[in-house]
Amino acid sequence: MPPATKLRIRVDQKKCQGHNRCHQIAPSLFELDEFGNAHEIGDGRVPAAMEEKAWLAKANCPELAVDVIED
Amino acid sequence: MRERPPIADWATDFDHTDPLWTENPFPIWDGLRQKCPVAHSERYLGVYLPTTYEAVRAIAYDTEHFSSRRVMVRNARPEPPISSPPITSDPPHHRPAKLLLLPYFTLAAVKKLESKTRDVCNELIERFIGDKHCDAAAQYSRHIPVRVIALMLGIPEKDSDYFIKWIHEILELGITDNTVLMKAIYEMSEYFSGQIELRRKKPTDDLITSLMQARHDGKPLSAEHVVGTLRLLLIAGIDTTWSAIGASLWHLAKTPSDRKRLVAEPALIPTAIEELLRAYAPVTMAREVMKETFVCGFAVKPGNMVLLSFPAANRDPAMFPEADKVVIDRENNRHAAFGLGIHRCVGSNLARMELTVAIEEWLNCIPEFRLDPSSPVTWSEGTVRGPRQLPILFG
Ligand code: HEM
Ligand code: SF4
Repeated sequence: MPPATKLRIRVDQKKCQGHNRCHQIAPSLFELDEFGNAHEIGDGRVPAAMEEKAWLAKANCPELAVDVIED
Repeated sequence: MRERPPIADWATDFDHTDPLWTENPFPIWDGLRQKCPVAHSERYLGVYLPTTYEAVRAIAYDTEHFSSRRVMVRNARPEPPISSPPITSDPPHHRPAKLLLLPYFTLAAVKKLESKTRDVCNELIERFIGDKHCDAAAQYSRHIPVRVIALMLGIPEKDSDYFIKWIHEILELGITDNTVLMKAIYEMSEYFSGQIELRRKKPTDDLITSLMQARHDGKPLSAEHVVGTLRLLLIAGIDTTWSAIGASLWHLAKTPSDRKRLVAEPALIPTAIEELLRAYAPVTMAREVMKETFVCGFAVKPGNMVLLSFPAANRDPAMFPEADKVVIDRENNRHAAFGLGIHRCVGSNLARMELTVAIEEWLNCIPEFRLDPSSPVTWSEGTVRGPRQLPILFG
């Protein structure tokens, strides 16, 4: 099992316009559909090694569509 | 010929085709952002110019008050406006027109064109590398997007001089000369109608045939829709990417530290490309004000256009620390070079791929280069900004 983490990501489908910046930064966290819109992979749980990339994806999304949730 | 009266005051009398703007617009925008973030000019039948990221974003998101039925600020406003879906579409028509195109421009679709793009770049470099100098706009950047879009649409590369001519007439001369613009639109439409006719007899495996076969609500698209979209893809795909590649090479030619760093650390290229797109965003769009409203506290009135300057938004220090500096390892970069909201550039993956490949292949073959001081760099005018003459020395 990869180390546990507190972070989860979520792409707001109402906001995403398919800039694909998130996928470019963290391809293991975001997948793209046939129209190029992004979706979190699986339940959006972020492996510890990817935490920084998750924040970067959020910081670079021009549509403010990426949420990083700390629970 | 239109006479061009000198600018009285940029806040009340700006002109996006003034030679000062064409040469170096950044100080103009910086000045306006501080004293008048939503400027207005009586030129071009009335036009606003927002220069903050916040204002540009608010307008791009507000399709109720700001229509895309016109996306260029020009001397004429013909009725009905020229239609090129989806860029000239508003909700609810915009979404179906855009969904038709998106599958052809996904990251996966674009990846398939990457190796061909690399070949194109190397072929071009091969032709001038022995000369130890070149015009990187005319001999390199210009040809890359033309060849790639010709391949996607399935039209002959040898027609590219026509494409460049029409685009120049539409995007630059068309700002002040409606006759030239209408003629270019007509010629382009005739050209694509001819291409459609050929495919009616014998379908081909390309984007033109795909659009001809596309269905919306079970019905084929109108001929006008198909031709309008094809015109758009050609216009939107060429000057834009040409400009982005050129401006990036221009920056690297005059900034040896950034150039050396990218040669030494190729893994930084994707981050650097986003920063170059931010700093030298080539595309300024427009909207028509449909209903009176407020933008960041400023009243805007119908009857006016808005110059929607993504490039000015990208230079807003409230959004980007050291906004006027190119920081090639800038990590937080929510730039708007490809627009914001529903009209996000359909070709953004394609443009990024072309730009990245063009810079990678250039740096591979020509790691050392500089501007040629004996000959000037010239920039295009108006809607799409990039170098049109870019003399470079190397070796
Ligand atoms: C660096 C190169 C490029 C830049 C900076 C750029 C920029 C933009 C911008 C800012 C918009 C938004 C327009 C608006 O808000 O009204 C846009 C829209 C569009 N672009 Fe690009 N573009 C580039 C390359 C391309 C390419 C290569 C293509 C395709 C071949 C393309 C096709 C389109 C289309 C079809 C639209 C309309 C999208 C819509 O209305 O939903 N662009 N582009
Ligand atoms: S960067 Fe934002 S808008 Fe773009 S695909 Fe990712 S979530 Fe969507």
